[in-house]
Amino acid sequence: MTGAPLIEVEDLRIDLDDGSRRVAAAEGISFRIDRGETFGLVGESGCGKSITALALIGLLRSPLSIGGGAIRFEGREIQNLSAARQRQLRGNRIAMIFQEPMTALNPVSPVGRQIAEMFVLHKGKSWREANQLAVESLASVRVPAPERRVKDYPHQLSGGMRQRVMIAIALACGPDLLIADEPTTALDVTVQAEIIELMRNLCAERGTAILMISHDLGLVANVCRRVAVMYAGRIVEERSSADIFRAPSHPYTQGLVDSLPRLGSRAALGRSRLKEIAGVVPAITNFPDGCRFNPRCAQATDICRTAAPKTDLLEAGGLVRCHHHA
Amino acid sequence: MKLRANLVIGGALFALAILVGLLAPWLAHTDPVMDANLLNAEEPPSWTWWFGTDGQGRDIYSRVVYGARISLTVGIVSQLINSVIGVGLGLSAGYFGGWWDDVVNALTNLMLAIPSLIFALAIMAVLGPGLTSLLIALGLTNWSFTCRLARASALSLRNQGYVQAATVLGYGDLRIMITQLLPNMLGPIVVIGTLGMGSAVLSEAALSFLGLGVRPPFPSWGSMLSEARDQITTAPWLSVFPGLAIFLTVLGLNLLGDGLRDILDPQSRSRRT
Repeated sequence: MTGAPLIEVEDLRIDLDDGSRRVAAAEGISFRIDRGETFGLVGESGCGKSITALALIGLLRSPLSIGGGAIRFEGREIQNLSAARQRQLRGNRIAMIFQEPMTALNPVSPVGRQIAEMFVLHKGKSWREANQLAVESLASVRVPAPERRVKDYPHQLSGGMRQRVMIAIALACGPDLLIADEPTTALDVTVQAEIIELMRNLCAERGTAILMISHDLGLVANVCRRVAVMYAGRIVEERSSADIFRAPSHPYTQGLVDSLPRLGSRAALGRSRLKEIAGVVPAITNFPDGCRFNPRCAQATDICRTAAPKTDLLEAGGLVRCHHHA
Repeated sequence: MKLRANLVIGGALFALAILVGLLAPWLAHTDPVMDANLLNAEEPPSWTWWFGTDGQGRDIYSRVVYGARISLTVGIVSQLINSVIGVGLGLSAGYFGGWWDDVVNALTNLMLAIPSLIFALAIMAVLGPGLTSLLIALGLTNWSFTCRLARASALSLRNQGYVQAATVLGYGDLRIMITQLLPNMLGPIVVIGTLGMGSAVLSEAALSFLGLGVRPPFPSWGSMLSEARDQITTAPWLSVFPGLAIFLTVLGLNLLGDGLRDILDPQSRSRRT
């Protein structure tokens, strides 16, 4: 499948069944990630970024379900594949690392075994070979003395080490896409930087694409080439990382960028309070009509309260969903 | 590495019981069944008759030694059957949920509603007395507790990060159950299992007493206790020694269960090293 993007999401809608009715927890989600590309998904808690990731790996569980649209992996639709076929993709072609390295490792199994299991499961290796490969994997995520560390249990490792092990497990089978859901939120800031650097380098070496999910716009922009900003179940802006800081188009993105604390020139210019976005994210069951950001938007006019904006192509490249975009 | 006292004592007692059972032909002074001699009937314990003799002049010591074979076989095998059934049903019910969970729950409630000894009696009545039917009867009637425990553990473990991570990494259901859920619930299952072995030894006694267990004249600790019931005031050694054997074995099993639980929990494992 030459030419086709690695993964392409088209008009994806995720339904939440709250017993009496179905509401769209996310809708109109479209994006594509090319081979080896880094793509970020940013938004506040509850904006639908994590469920989008779950939809990609086919793990939406009741009360959530895919309500429409398509997810294509290497040009093939994967949302309707059988459970067994989806399982072959997971871990092997599409891997994921989680927010909480503390709980994402099995406490009663040595970490080496947990890495080795991936080779046995997806590559059909014998346990002997797999254990050898596990040592190499651990060395590749720069865990010191990997021959000894493979025998350690998760609780004997620090948070940073555990996240390294998680990365080793996720990258064990050489996946094409690595989904990182808030991979460093639970870690110290210094460790965070190391882990991000490690993840980025390993993926670049192996040509693995990254889909990074975070509420931290700064972090995502630092790692990813392109960023999509989600708000209340919709992607409101998709730009290159450089552009999104220089010239954010959507008022929500502007708000996010303005609310980041900065050192240097801007802090010196106006010693003002950190800006914030007024109001809170609306509940899934109670999204406002029109543009979903309108109750919190300073630039909102009548049309924002009645009509949902379409996605517009920006001249500078990128997409925005706003009636008044710059 | 410092070993824990409960593990050492429990393990020693249980190992001793098993050794006695295995080495019975060499340890016993007389044949437990054949060497009846009414001239020696109801001798109190002495240097010749360590544990005394019973009404038919059989050596209690030798009978206790041989009794270990039957009592331990019943205890271990029937509890193993119970554990396998209980864990298999409970783990899958808790993991899959849905209609299978309902079926297993109904079955478990049914088992809990009928006293297990009565149920075992019914099975024995169908199968007839004997060691094999005893194993089957006790093995099929005491799994509800293990099942409940396994189901509850599976329900809570299912939502653990590492179980979800395993799903994301492409593990199949069976692999998740065996590599992720089972090892994490093994501690309490083993503890319940050792306790169950103790109660299986006691159930064997009860069934043997009712004439449905091991048939006389073959000795099991339970049947010896039952037979000694009438002479407890006149010849207390008849019940004291088999009773002591049951007591020490059950105690050993419980201590062993405790010790094993500590070992099976890797967090306490590293505390010790």
